Amino acid sequence: MPEQYKSTTDLQRAPVIEPGHTFGTVTEKISAIVLTRPASNGWFIGFGICFMATMMMLYAIGYLFLKGVGIWGVTIPIGWGFAIVNFVWWIGIGHAGTLISAILLLLRQSWRNSINRFAEAMTLFAVAAAGIFPAIHVGRPWLAYWLFPYPNTMRVWPQFRSPLMWDVFAVSTYATISALFWFTGLIPDFATLRDRTDKPALKVIYGMLSMGWRGSARHWHRYETMYLLLAGLATPLVLSVHTVVSFDFAVGIVPGWHTTIFPPYFVAGAIYSGFAMVLMLAIPIRKIYGLEDFITERHLQNSAKVMLATGLIVAYGYGIEAFMGWYSGDRFEAFTLWNRLHGPYAFWYLSLLSCNIFIPQVLWIRKLRTSPVALFFISFVILIGMWLERFIIVVVSLHRDFLNSSWGMYYPTRWDYMTFFGTIGMFLMLMFLFLRLLPAISIFEMRTLLPEAEVKE
Amino acid sequence: MKRDPIYGIMAEFDSAQALVDAARTTHQAGYVKIDAYSPFPIEGLAEEIGFHHDEVPLVVLIGGIIGGLTGYLMQWWMSAVDYPLNIGGKPPHSWPAFIVITFEMTILFAGISAVLGMLALNGLPMPYHPVFNVPRFSSASKDRFFLIVFSSDKKYNAVDTRKFLEALAPRSVSEVPS
Repeated sequence: MPEQYKSTTDLQRAPVIEPGHTFGTVTEKISAIVLTRPASNGWFIGFGICFMATMMMLYAIGYLFLKGVGIWGVTIPIGWGFAIVNFVWWIGIGHAGTLISAILLLLRQSWRNSINRFAEAMTLFAVAAAGIFPAIHVGRPWLAYWLFPYPNTMRVWPQFRSPLMWDVFAVSTYATISALFWFTGLIPDFATLRDRTDKPALKVIYGMLSMGWRGSARHWHRYETMYLLLAGLATPLVLSVHTVVSFDFAVGIVPGWHTTIFPPYFVAGAIYSGFAMVLMLAIPIRKIYGLEDFITERHLQNSAKVMLATGLIVAYGYGIEAFMGWYSGDRFEAFTLWNRLHGPYAFWYLSLLSCNIFIPQVLWIRKLRTSPVALFFISFVILIGMWLERFIIVVVSLHRDFLNSSWGMYYPTRWDYMTFFGTIGMFLMLMFLFLRLLPAISIFEMRTLLPEAEVKE
Repeated sequence: MKRDPIYGIMAEFDSAQALVDAARTTHQAGYVKIDAYSPFPIEGLAEEIGFHHDEVPLVVLIGGIIGGLTGYLMQWWMSAVDYPLNIGGKPPHSWPAFIVITFEMTILFAGISAVLGMLALNGLPMPYHPVFNVPRFSSASKDRFFLIVFSSDKKYNAVDTRKFLEALAPRSVSEVPS
């Protein structure tokens, strides 16, 4: 490579891990957050607020169980209100974690090693938040287990030709595999914590969790095979999950839902919002815990680039939706497009276009891609935009369909908002706990990134 | 049978390179029952100590096949045999509609068998193991690399094996009580 280009390439390629670190310093720095650093007042305040929000969610759900879904804003024709909007939003956010841990592993993107652990935690907590909604939306939530095929005295079975049943299997498989992936990734780090801690109780707990991991070469070999295979299984799985979620809509005949672009556009949107959430979590975490050496500018830049690319796919999806509304010649499809732009929810559609398409284009500017503050706010805008996208798909499509006589409007109630903001509180509360109890960065995978880890044959 | 009071002899190294070189030398010297410990996976280290048969992929394959068959047959039996229900005139055995759940069940069973298979083949969970008796071994999960020759090896001899390991320029050599 000619000399004059070298310097710009070096600039673009900020290191994945700052120079000067050894196996020991990497281990100490990451495990210290869990083992020795006392929890700050800020942690307690943040955790406390999120805990209260979680209690608010439980209160709202408790009241729902007493009164029924009538306390929500859902009515006919909008039978799928906030619950489904939030479900799709949360499950989409989870997708970035699997993308980072599985797809980037298969593509040998070693920079993922410093963000995969907490991205996977994010996936788990997001899926947990998502899973609440369909369960409490079924009307008789105490019977939600009827969705699973279990032998019962009624001698009936679920209806497997419905996309809603596919969703049950896709989401529960996704939750299980994500949990397994996360836990097995933690086993060697549990061993590190077991050997580092001087508190006997913690030694026992981490020792149990590590399953007696001792780092034998045979164990590592099987472990790596398992990890690679799990990544290979999780990759089609994550693509299938949001595809199946989009089938919930696309298989229906409602104008604005019945379209073949939905699966790819849903998957891209999921990764888009997921990376936005990764950045919104990573930027404060690296600052507060001094992890800038491990989560470097390179990670922020790469995440920004992924958002830019998936954002353009989402924009293409919107474009095709609009084009097909016109080109299909179907007057109901054409009306859906008109209604989005000029109907009672036009403000929200235009906000969605600004948040998801126009504003994120500033990511073409390198200065903004490398500025943590700017990225934090752009990510926030994208998360709002992606929530609005699901709102437009669910509510605006349903509120005016084929018959004028069945048109209506959707007015969410305070219980809708309490449940939604409550799940955000629960998600962040779990994140707070995770940061203090488990290593937020995969220690053993960080060791492999150091130059000392290289072995010549 | 009386247990051997000594489980093996363990040498400690500073770097991944030193461990790989030592493992190769030891294996080439004819020691078969050996093991190497490192704080992160080292490519090729398992081959150096004579480990070639990794059964995890086979376990995952079998798990995946069982999962796929379970998924499809479950849907077929429930929808077409035990409880046929006319939904929108679709045939009870609508195979295209069964593909999604068949796929998800394949992934679910394959994933679970990958994790359980890895743990079972590795003999984990195993909270106690003789190597933990060596105080310095706690660094094996941080920044040190260890090689052990088990006392069950045919070539093992308390004096000669120790001399052999000391010749590999380790940081320390210790006996592992069982």
